[in-house]
Amino acid sequence: MQSTAVRVRDAGANDRAANAGDSDVKWVTGNPRSVLTGAHFLDGDQAAAEGALAAGADFAAGYPITPSTEVVERFAARAPLVGATFLQMEDEMASSIAILGAAWGGAKSFTVTSGPGFSLMMEHIGLAAMTETPCVFVNVQRGGPSTGLPTLPGQGDMMQARWGSHGDYEIIALSPNSPQECFDLMIEAFNLSEQYRTPVMFMMDESVGHMTEKVVIPPADQIKIYPRRFTTLPPNEYLPFEPNGDGVPQMVKAGDGYRIHVTGLTHNERGYPALDWRSQKKLVNRLVGKIRDNAEQIEHCQEHLLEDADVVLVAYGITSRVALEAVQMARREGIHAGLLRPVVVWPFPEKRIRELASRAKALVVVEMNLGQMVHEVERCAGGTKTVLMPHAGGNVHEPEEILKVIREVAE
Amino acid sequence: MSVTPAVNPVEPFLRTERMPHIWCPGCGIGTTVNCFSRALVDSKLPLDKVAVVSGIGCTGRVAGYVKLDSFHTTHGRAIPFATGLKLANPELNVVVYSGDGDLIAIGGNHFIHAARRNVDIKVICVNNFIYGMTGGQVAPTTPLGATATTSPYGCFEQPFNLPFLAESSGAVYVARWTAYHVRHIAHSMVEAFKKKGFAFIEILAPCPTLYQRRNKLGDGLETMRYYKQHSVIKNGASTRDLKLDLKGEITVGKFVDIERPALHETMDQRYREVLKERYSGWGGA
Repeated sequence: MQSTAVRVRDAGANDRAANAGDSDVKWVTGNPRSVLTGAHFLDGDQAAAEGALAAGADFAAGYPITPSTEVVERFAARAPLVGATFLQMEDEMASSIAILGAAWGGAKSFTVTSGPGFSLMMEHIGLAAMTETPCVFVNVQRGGPSTGLPTLPGQGDMMQARWGSHGDYEIIALSPNSPQECFDLMIEAFNLSEQYRTPVMFMMDESVGHMTEKVVIPPADQIKIYPRRFTTLPPNEYLPFEPNGDGVPQMVKAGDGYRIHVTGLTHNERGYPALDWRSQKKLVNRLVGKIRDNAEQIEHCQEHLLEDADVVLVAYGITSRVALEAVQMARREGIHAGLLRPVVVWPFPEKRIRELASRAKALVVVEMNLGQMVHEVERCAGGTKTVLMPHAGGNVHEPEEILKVIREVAE
Repeated sequence: MSVTPAVNPVEPFLRTERMPHIWCPGCGIGTTVNCFSRALVDSKLPLDKVAVVSGIGCTGRVAGYVKLDSFHTTHGRAIPFATGLKLANPELNVVVYSGDGDLIAIGGNHFIHAARRNVDIKVICVNNFIYGMTGGQVAPTTPLGATATTSPYGCFEQPFNLPFLAESSGAVYVARWTAYHVRHIAHSMVEAFKKKGFAFIEILAPCPTLYQRRNKLGDGLETMRYYKQHSVIKNGASTRDLKLDLKGEITVGKFVDIERPALHETMDQRYREVLKERYSGWGGA
């Protein structure tokens, strides 16, 4: 884990429960039956499964794919002990829509995959966004494209996570960098999916998934859960897609007597198809707006040594741990380097990047692809020099290579 | 003086505010929905506990017209959606209502696996031998020699025999009717609702606009007459013998009606046996 000498500013998850915007929401605590309280030695995949259980997930469907399979293996073993259901489906299309069916049946659900399977799931990420179905898609990234490097890490699916499905929409994506975070952030992923009624992408990578570290699971009563936003209106007053003040409609489940209609077609507040430009404008603007307009509430970054930083590194997932090592090496040489680590990667922390860019000499984006998030950083940098430290995947960066770039831009 | 307009007995089952529907004159899909409404009345199922799941296509629009919890999903994936819905909420009676292209071409893999697992869902497949919504393309059910927009010189691929496919994959109930057999359809639906497991009903239906017209098979009415004259009811017939030709005899009837534990039962039983008191019990989400 990070050196204790580093001051960490971590804004986001922990404050969220106390957020004024959620004042009408009664957060609940975890179910002791599902929470494996204690200190464990787990890999990231297993920790993600435990995080899902602690978050209240009671349905998962998956299809085996390296390096993600341990997540569902763990869930399959634990599910019948804690009242949850796991089904291995015939493919990723089936897995990714079975979880949507389960969500409308009242479950908190998720699926797990890696690159090729993630590609196959894209249509249902779109369906989940369109029908505002809360659910979590875990992608333990490996090197790509295509079959690529099944057993080795990559971060090449970051743009796909955002816009891989067709049409115009926004999702939320998180990027853990340790097994402990695979547990902690999985709970945050489920909470965000319920709060904004949106599919949430949980963007791990092979290194984090297969790395084994200490994972501390707190008592159930210390786990904060955002409950499903079930309506309190009677059926004759309820419109399934009429938004609340924050742009998010309240939900029901099948069988409750509301006789809802849910469609992937453009629809009106009643949920009925409405195939015209006005309905399209209204719906798509709201779907995108409920994420974009709340971006600052959703934002979650970790910051290291940024107070006086001339060189700001931006990195996420496993790469952020290597980048932090490079920052510490630079500090020892007297270079004022710091690290911004987006934990929630989508929506992108635009405002924070703008602030940092306005007083930095340069931004260095370290990522395990040949340039994806760097485009977002560049867009927000306002002309401040932005340098990419790419990596094609299969291995993590060497801190020394990053240090070399820090030295160059610091001059 | 006011006159109370006559109410069609199926009206309470329909989202009448969405009428008129999109289906063409002479199309058989509406007829099957009428049968479905009758089956709901006859079966006395609690309507709040019936959910309809459709995929994409002309029959895929059924979900949008029935006044039930209804889900219009993606192309081919109604069955896995229904699987998740049923497992999360086992008290629901889940009906998948879709077309041949949706269920058997793009959704074929889900169809065979759901039948194998014996998921407790009822699958109603309206087979019009063609892709209707997209304008009449060849389907995996198009008979040999039949013309479609993408088989302009006649179909040269052997079509699926759907009851045979369903039975060999593991379905516990398999029937086939034509849109002419309205009472038989409703009766089969009632029987299917009572089955625990994967029940499959194929309903042959005219697509006068695209299939009948292009193949010079007459209009909707003529097709009904054809169904009446050429259908032979053979309950219990071997599903091997049910292949369909462009013209010729149509074997209809109930072919399979067996008992086999459904997915949620085999799952529950397995956990109970192996995990004993460690098993939390299962009741969906």
